[in-house]
Amino acid sequence: MIRLALLLPVLALLSGCGTPPKYAWGHYEQMIYTAYRAPDKAPTERQIEVFEKDYQKARSENKPVPPGFHAYLGYLYFDLGKADEARREFETEKANFPESAVFMDRLLANLSKKGQEVKQ
Amino acid sequence: MKRCLLRTALYSLALALTLTGCATKYDYANYRAHFPRSILVLPPLNETTDVKATYGYLSTVTSPIAEMGYYVYPVVVADHFFKENGMPTPGEMHQAPPKKIYEIMGADAVLYITLKQYGSKYQVISSKTAVEAQCKLVDTRTEVLLWEGKVMAEEGSGGGLIGAVLSQVLNQATDHAHDVAGIANLQYTVEGKGLLYGPLSPKYQNQ
Repeated sequence: MIRLALLLPVLALLSGCGTPPKYAWGHYEQMIYTAYRAPDKAPTERQIEVFEKDYQKARSENKPVPPGFHAYLGYLYFDLGKADEARREFETEKANFPESAVFMDRLLANLSKKGQEVKQ
Repeated sequence: MKRCLLRTALYSLALALTLTGCATKYDYANYRAHFPRSILVLPPLNETTDVKATYGYLSTVTSPIAEMGYYVYPVVVADHFFKENGMPTPGEMHQAPPKKIYEIMGADAVLYITLKQYGSKYQVISSKTAVEAQCKLVDTRTEVLLWEGKVMAEEGSGGGLIGAVLSQVLNQATDHAHDVAGIANLQYTVEGKGLLYGPLSPKYQNQ
């Protein structure tokens, strides 16, 4: 226990003295890890459910979700063929992070193309 | 909770010892001249024997860099985008011309990572888990190298007192390397060696 007390200042120093994270990370990285490591444990529907909950929580705490969050969620909706939801998420990513505009516009254009293929 | 705290404290000590050894400051002239707002992290090249290394590590790298004040592209979406465009492996993705990446995604810079160590080695009386990643940040428009560095962390058992405590503490962990990667990634923030704070950080102005 004494040793632990001695080590704590080191920890505090290195972790920036407890600066709270800027973003509400929720399960974003953890889910990415699971999806690659054990895809059967992270089916698309389940991921969407978890991320929508994370998003509600972040909103209730008035914290921004991290860069890429809405883009990934949009991608998951796209995977399920839910084009309207995918479009909404890509637009949100672009609105929150203008840096993403070029990539999001490309994904949005792909969505429209896909939509037309389905109609034909 | 206490166990978690102890573990972090011990890791931090190891990290502190690693960091105090090297005092030379990185030359950030190119970095400042082409300061990126957005960074694309490509799936790492894997020079380790662990096939899980590339995506195990990729899933740890968004948060430290985004928290430093950069737009980090969604790593999974980008990975799939490359795969769908005829680049199925990290090796092929790393060969994509940076200018093309700028054109297609708008990324200001690409972070190229090569994993040198990822995983556990079991020896007769001890074991160690190490993560070592070599990183290069390249400007997409000019291909100028903005920064290069190494992040690394090691956790061992059988190496004296700290090792003995650690091996007890860590026995239940399922994927040590993934945890150790999170510790290694603290080194992205080390002043004078790591990345600079980006435009989305309040620390951007005063560095």
